[in-house]
Amino acid sequence: MEKHFPKLEMKGITKTFPGVKALSNVSLRLFPGEVHALMGENGAGKSTLIKVLTGVYTKDEGTVTLDGKPVEVSTPLEAQNLGISTVYQEVNLCSNLSVVENIFIGREIIKRGRIDWKEMNRRAKELLTELNLDIDVSKTLGSYSVAIQQMVAIVRALNVKAKVLILDEPTSSLDLNEVQQLFATIRKLKKDGLCIVFISHFLDQIYEITDRLTVLRNGEWIGEYKTQSLPRYELISKMIGKEFIDSKSINENPVAENKGVSETVMEAAQLSKAGNIHPFNLELRKGEIMGLAGLLGSGRSELARLLFGADKADSGTIKVKGKKVHLNSPKQAIAHNIAFSSENRKSEGIIGDLSIRENMILALQGRQGWFNYMPRKQQEEIVDEYIKLLNINPPNPEQLIKNLSGGNQQKVLLARWLLTNPDLLILDEPTRGIDIGAKAEIQKLMVSLSEKGMSILFISSELEEILRTCKRISVLRDREKVSELENREHITQQDIMREIAGGVG
Amino acid sequence: MSWQLNKKYYPLLITFGLFILMFLYGSINYTGFSSPQVVLNLFIDNAFLIIVAVGMTFVILSGGIDLSVGSVIALTSMVTASLLQANISPIIVIPIALLIGPILGVIMGSLIHFYNLQPFIVTLAGMFLARGLSYVISVETIAISHPFFQFMANTKIHLGNFYISISVLIAIVVVVAAIFLAHYTKFGRNVYAIGGNEQSALLMGLPVGKTKILIYTLSGFCSSLAGLVFTFYMLSGYGLHANGLELDAIAAVVIGGTLLTGGIGYVAGSVIGVLILGVIQTLIVFEGTLSSWWTKIAIGVLLLLFIVFQRLSSVRGRSKTGLISEH
Repeated sequence: MEKHFPKLEMKGITKTFPGVKALSNVSLRLFPGEVHALMGENGAGKSTLIKVLTGVYTKDEGTVTLDGKPVEVSTPLEAQNLGISTVYQEVNLCSNLSVVENIFIGREIIKRGRIDWKEMNRRAKELLTELNLDIDVSKTLGSYSVAIQQMVAIVRALNVKAKVLILDEPTSSLDLNEVQQLFATIRKLKKDGLCIVFISHFLDQIYEITDRLTVLRNGEWIGEYKTQSLPRYELISKMIGKEFIDSKSINENPVAENKGVSETVMEAAQLSKAGNIHPFNLELRKGEIMGLAGLLGSGRSELARLLFGADKADSGTIKVKGKKVHLNSPKQAIAHNIAFSSENRKSEGIIGDLSIRENMILALQGRQGWFNYMPRKQQEEIVDEYIKLLNINPPNPEQLIKNLSGGNQQKVLLARWLLTNPDLLILDEPTRGIDIGAKAEIQKLMVSLSEKGMSILFISSELEEILRTCKRISVLRDREKVSELENREHITQQDIMREIAGGVG
Repeated sequence: MSWQLNKKYYPLLITFGLFILMFLYGSINYTGFSSPQVVLNLFIDNAFLIIVAVGMTFVILSGGIDLSVGSVIALTSMVTASLLQANISPIIVIPIALLIGPILGVIMGSLIHFYNLQPFIVTLAGMFLARGLSYVISVETIAISHPFFQFMANTKIHLGNFYISISVLIAIVVVVAAIFLAHYTKFGRNVYAIGGNEQSALLMGLPVGKTKILIYTLSGFCSSLAGLVFTFYMLSGYGLHANGLELDAIAAVVIGGTLLTGGIGYVAGSVIGVLILGVIQTLIVFEGTLSSWWTKIAIGVLLLLFIVFQRLSSVRGRSKTGLISEH
């Protein structure tokens, strides 16, 4: 039976970017009429693999075969011509053009030397009707909801006589009804014998719609499984990595002692933002480190941004030290003694072409007002003190921050916020991408700050360091806070992972 | 496409309404303003600007900018005048003149595409280069007395009691061709797609690089053609010709409703934009007491109003279709 031969096979794919091995020896097999999930955390290499398949990136090594014949794909156009179509996470169409154009552009119907708009309108209507969508195709794409834009993107992809359809996070901005509508479409296409690659953070959806899945981690191929025979809990542990499954290991820095119930620094009640995070309650007490665990994309950063006023909440209230406040901008949050260090160190943290000193005093100077300039001498004193305290290397305050290693950049950012002496410090992935030594130093620093009375909201993908530093742990799944755990002796990484996975493990 | 009252036509309608209003204002306040010849003169005096603005529309629609157009006009006029002075036949001179812009355009477009450079800087360099080259040919004005050019300059095509020039006919042909190009060819639609979202255009498999180079070539051709028409109009070549014209062209395109960020706009809008600039000038001439510099002030104010309007409408548009960003 032909079903035993993959329609498309990628073998031994390796792709290196300057300094990073994005994919190493990765494989993917797609059979006709199956929905195949590509699983892995952010940075695991899913997007890179897709971009190699669709000709956006050129692979360094490996082979791609379609229908048993080797193919070389070097541009998106070639991929399309081979029947490999992609619908990207953020609808990659032109919202300034009409629906009909978005479906046909690049393959317009030309009659007597000119574009035949009438025929294209008719065909577009036909194609959309097949997916039960009745819209005015001459209106601009931007005037429709994201869900409809997504459908249009799929129609475009199908119009090339696709053999392989790749859906990259197609549901991340759809509501439940729209997701079901999309799934109905997927099932229909599957019946027609299409191979569909489905990428999503939502585990429920993976288990609902996919037949098989391939797991990647850190650019490496972990395995290929039948979806139904792989329990959620195991899937999560494969995505996160085996090394984290060892039971509670080294516990050098025991969690700060519980000194009875202390005062509440911040309290969020039913806080939410549509599409970003469902309503949640959160209470942060003086001198405690609260961990925020969950997969990337589960709403961790979104939650933090709401607490810092970087995004505006749709509903709910925030109380700081018992008083109701409105946080509409980071400036207001800073005025309430809240500090936030973003996970995007490069784009939302450091200013590369400024020195360590200039980067460090930014937040403090900002709070003092820009016309109340801090004397150079005072700046240097403060900066020298923190360079010593945090062991920043090189200890030269005039060094440009872009020349520092990730760990040292992170320390400068920490110092930036510590200078403002916040009551609440929100750290989003402060230890990502930095070496073990610097990691341990930052963890140690957090514990000692909390002992001095600062409360810290600590977001991390590494359960081990959350367990090591946090007293309480909030777990997020699919943009919803699902539970809050007390960190006691018997709690293990498996317990947290079970919460992250949801359902029966 | 059905011509229903689509939201995307609003800027175009506003521009057109503004033109009508200004014309009505002139007609009510000044005798003789409402004569059809006044309208036709707008075309006669601005034929070259219309042609340049058409090319500029494509550039701005794609999200770029072309600052070299004014200098290319000067260079074209200089090359034409100096070759004619050397007794070379117009049959040879005109094709040579028409090649100047496209050649410069291909070079600039290639630099922009292959080296991923800012169009602003590349065409700024092109602007200096072309202006400098015209002075290399001569720092003096070179008058043109060739009978063919005299014919092109002085022939009046009568429409009843009124008349237009041959240049107006050329401009009309260019506009019609451009509208066809923009809406009924792959090239035209690719321009809109690139201006809307270059990354998407690339992922949709459109020939982004080729299109970009063609856009600057087209703009170069329009500039050269405008240079020729300008030469008919002035009957001379001079290095200072059309100084700063690129800014008038950009102003006309923006007032014509084309978004500076690209993706939205119409060739017809740019034509009306040129006419608005022309009406302002005419109003000030009819007023008689105002210095002609008031033209610049009026254009400045209008430009500002349009940019603000564009921003407001695009902000509203974006908040509606805003996508959820990746964590």
